[in-house]
Amino acid sequence: MNVEQLDIRSHMAQFAPFDNLPDALLDRIAGEVEIRYFQAGSELLVKDQPIDSLWYIRSGAVEMYQRSGRLFNRLSEGDIFGYSDLMRSNRRVRYPVSAIEDTLIYFIPGDVFETICEEDDDFAEFVETGGQRLKVTVEQQRDDSGLMTTRVRKLISRQPQMVEASTSLQQAARQMRDANVTCVLVVDVTETQSAYTFTGRDGRYWQLNGILTDRDFCTRVLAEGKSSDTAVGEVMSRKLIVTQSDESVYEAMLSMLRNQVHHLPVLHRRQPVGVLHLSDIVRHETHSSLFLVNNIFVQNTPEQLARLSPEVRTGFVRMVADGANSEMVCRALATIGRAFTQRLIELAEAELGPAPIPYCFMVLGSMAREEPTINADQDNALVLHDDYDPERHGEYFEALARFVCDGLDACGYPYCKGDVMATNPRWRKPLAVWKQYFTEWMDEPNGERLLHSSIFFDLAPVHGEAPMVESLQDLIAELAPQRPVFLAALARNAKNRTPPLGFFRKFVMEQDGEHRKSINLKRRGTAPLTDLVRVHALACGSKAQNSFARLDDIAQTKLLADGVTERLRYAFEFMSMVRIRHQADAIERGAEPDNSIDPENIDSRERHHLKDAFEAISNAQKFLSFRYTMPSRQGASKGAAQSGGKASSRSRR
Amino acid sequence: MPRLGSKGSSRPNWPDYMAARAQQTGVPRLASFFAQGTLDPDMPIGEAPLVAMDFETTGLDGSRHDIVSVGVMPFTLSRIRPADGKYWVLSPRRQLSDESVAFHHITHAEVADAPDFASIIDELLALLAGRLVVVHYRQLERTFLDAAIRERLGDGLLMPMIDTMSLEARIHRQSWWARLRRWAGRPMASIRLHESRQRYHLPAYTGHHALVDSLATAELLQAQILYHYDWGTPVSALWR
Repeated sequence: MNVEQLDIRSHMAQFAPFDNLPDALLDRIAGEVEIRYFQAGSELLVKDQPIDSLWYIRSGAVEMYQRSGRLFNRLSEGDIFGYSDLMRSNRRVRYPVSAIEDTLIYFIPGDVFETICEEDDDFAEFVETGGQRLKVTVEQQRDDSGLMTTRVRKLISRQPQMVEASTSLQQAARQMRDANVTCVLVVDVTETQSAYTFTGRDGRYWQLNGILTDRDFCTRVLAEGKSSDTAVGEVMSRKLIVTQSDESVYEAMLSMLRNQVHHLPVLHRRQPVGVLHLSDIVRHETHSSLFLVNNIFVQNTPEQLARLSPEVRTGFVRMVADGANSEMVCRALATIGRAFTQRLIELAEAELGPAPIPYCFMVLGSMAREEPTINADQDNALVLHDDYDPERHGEYFEALARFVCDGLDACGYPYCKGDVMATNPRWRKPLAVWKQYFTEWMDEPNGERLLHSSIFFDLAPVHGEAPMVESLQDLIAELAPQRPVFLAALARNAKNRTPPLGFFRKFVMEQDGEHRKSINLKRRGTAPLTDLVRVHALACGSKAQNSFARLDDIAQTKLLADGVTERLRYAFEFMSMVRIRHQADAIERGAEPDNSIDPENIDSRERHHLKDAFEAISNAQKFLSFRYTMPSRQGASKGAAQSGGKASSRSRR
Repeated sequence: MPRLGSKGSSRPNWPDYMAARAQQTGVPRLASFFAQGTLDPDMPIGEAPLVAMDFETTGLDGSRHDIVSVGVMPFTLSRIRPADGKYWVLSPRRQLSDESVAFHHITHAEVADAPDFASIIDELLALLAGRLVVVHYRQLERTFLDAAIRERLGDGLLMPMIDTMSLEARIHRQSWWARLRRWAGRPMASIRLHESRQRYHLPAYTGHHALVDSLATAELLQAQILYHYDWGTPVSALWR
C-alpha cells in the first residue's frame, strides 16, 4: 500500500463506522478512495441527481437540507453522507448538501460500499439506522460490551518511540522525555525476514525485541546500580506482551491484567504502531468528558471550538446513560463550560495581546454553582484592576468581552437574556466598583433590584486574578449575616416562584387549583430550591457556591431543623435528575432539550417522589418568611418595604 | 533546436514547439512522445486530463544533483484517484548526502538496490503522454527531468507544465495588494506547498515524500482553480 493511502487509511480508522472495521476491509477502502476539493458555499449534491459513491469528509464541513429547506444535519471531519441515497433503489439524492467550509471529500465507490455492508454487520447497521446516528452510539455505549467492540487502534494516538538495543540508557531516557512518553520499544535490524520481523521505512527487516518503561528505570536501572551509559538491550524486558491493532480493547485489558503489565505494544501485522497504556483504557471508559476538556484546550479558533459543542451533548447523554448522579453530570458540564470559557479567553488574548492591567473573568449563576444543565445560557462579568482607565483600557476589555461572549454563544452557551454578560459595560468594572455594587445591594436592598441581581450572589473566578473574585466572596460572606434587611428581602424574592401543589397523571395542580398540562421543572422546582438555599448560606456566612456544598455548611449551624437539609438535598438531587434525564431523552429523540415536563411522561414512582420534593420546597419556603422577617418597618429602607406575609406570597407565582 | 517563441513571452506556443521537436529529435522514444502533442490550448482546464508530478532530489542543481524518487498522480479537476498514482525510488549516480537522507527520509540502504532513472523512462513517459503536467515549482521538475533524459537518451525533454507555486505567487505576490503589503514592510505570503495548502484549508500531510507531495499538489490545483479561476479557463492561460 502506498504512503498516501496509509494516510487515508489512518484518518478513516479514527472515525465511526470505519473505526470498527477489520484491517483488511479498511485497506481495501483506502485503496479505492477518490478525492475532490470543494470550495465553501458550493453545492455538493443537488436534489435528485444520481449518486454513485459514499462521501467521506476528510476536512471541512457540510450542511444537509430537508425538502422544506429546514437544516437537517451538519457534518464535519470524519463524517459520511450519501449512504441512505445509495441504499435507495434509484440511487438519487434526497437531501441536497452544500459546503459551509472549504471541504476535501474522499469518495468511496458504490460497489466498495456494498461490499463493506455485506461483509461487516456493524457497518451495515450503522448506515441502515442512518438518521438515528446519535441513538445508535448511545445505545452501544450503554451496553457494557463497549469494551468488546472498540478496537485497540482507536485508543492509540501516536507512533511508538523506538530505540536500538545498543542505545545508551541516558539516550533512551532523553528520547522518552522529549517525546513525553513512559516507555520505548527496543528494535534491531535482522538479516533475514521471519515471522517476527517487519519492514522499516528504510526497507530493511527489523525485529521488536523488548520494551523499557519508566518503571524499569527504577527497578532495573537505579535499583541495580546500572550506569547511564549501559546499553538499553542489557536491561530491557524481553518478556514481550503485545496486542494487534484490531484486537478489542477488552482483550487488551485482560491481557494487561493477566500479565501484570501496564504497557502493551500495539502491532499492525508485525509493525509496531503504538503503545497502549492501562490509563488509556481507564480514560476511555470513565472520563470521556475529560477527553473533551483536553480537546477543548488544543483548538485554535472559536470556529474549531464551536465544532466540539455536539460532543458536549453526546458526552452528557452518555453520562446519564451510565448512571451518573446529578452532581457528577453537572460538575462535568461545569468543567466543560469553564474549559470553553478559558480557551476562548486565551484565544482572545492571543489575538488582542496581553491584558494591559490584571483582571478576572468571572462566571455567575448556575455555572458558578457548578450546576449548569445542558441548555444553560451564559452569565459572566469582568472584574478589573483598580488601575482601570476607561480611556486607555476600555477598548481592550470591551473587545475581549465581545470575543468571549460571541464565542460562548457559538459553542452552545446562548447570550444571557438579562444581559448579565461581560459585554455589558455595567458588568465590566474595577474591583472597587464591584465592592460598591455588592455593599449597596446588601445595605439598601430594593426588592426589585435584588430580584435581578441575586444571580450575582453565585460567583466564581474562571480566568485571571482569582483573588479579585475571592475578595468579593469574602466581602459577601462577611457582610451578609449582619444585614437582616437584605436577608429578608432576599428571602421574599426566594418565594416568588413556588412549586405546584400536586402532580397527577395528566395535569399539574396549581396552588390556586388551576390545572396545567406541563410543568417547568427549573422554574418551579430547582430554581426556588437554589434560591432558598442561597438565603440560608448567606445568612450563615458560607462562602460555598454549589448548592450541595451550601447545604453542608448550613447543616453545621442550627439554622434549620434536624433532617431538613437532608430532605432538601434529596429533593434537589431528585428534581435535577428528572430534569437531566428528560433532557437526555430529548437529545436522543433529536429534539431540543428544555425544562418542561409533561406529567404523562413520568411514571408513578417518580410522580410520588416529585410530590414529596415539591412539598419539601413548599415547607422550606414557609420557613423562610418565618426565619427572615423584616426587623421593623422603620428599620427597613424604602425599597425593601412591605412585610413578607404568607398571604401575598401565595398569590404570586 | 526549436525556440519557445520570443524570449520573455509568458504564453509559449507549446503545440508548435512539440510538433517541431517531434520532427527534429533523433531519439525515437522522444519523437513519439512529442508527436502525441499536448492539449489544445483552448481546452477548458475542467476537462483537461492532468498529472501531478513531484521529484525528491539530492540537491537543487539539475546539473550536479540527482533524482532520488519520483511520484506521479494522474487526475482531473473532478477526481483524484490515489490508486492510479505511481512511485519510484531511484538510485542516484552521485553520493547521497546525509542532509538529503534526513530531509527525505530515504536512506542509503533504500536506494542501494534501487533502479536507475533509465529503467523508468518508458513507464513515466506513458503516464505523462496526453496529460498536462502539474508541479509545485516547475524550475525543479523541469530542469531535472530535462537533464536526466538528456543524460540517458542524448536529447532533452521539455513540455508544458502548470506550476501551482507560480499560480500562488501571481495571486499572493504580484497583485497590487501584495505589492502594497511589501511596500509597507509586511512579510510576503509563503508560497511553499504546505503554507499554500493552508490558505485553502487543505489538511496537513507528511511532507517530502514524492507521491504524497504530488497528491498534495493535485489537491492544491483543484482549490486554486475554484478560488481564482474557473473550470472554463483555457489551459493555455495556466501553462508555462
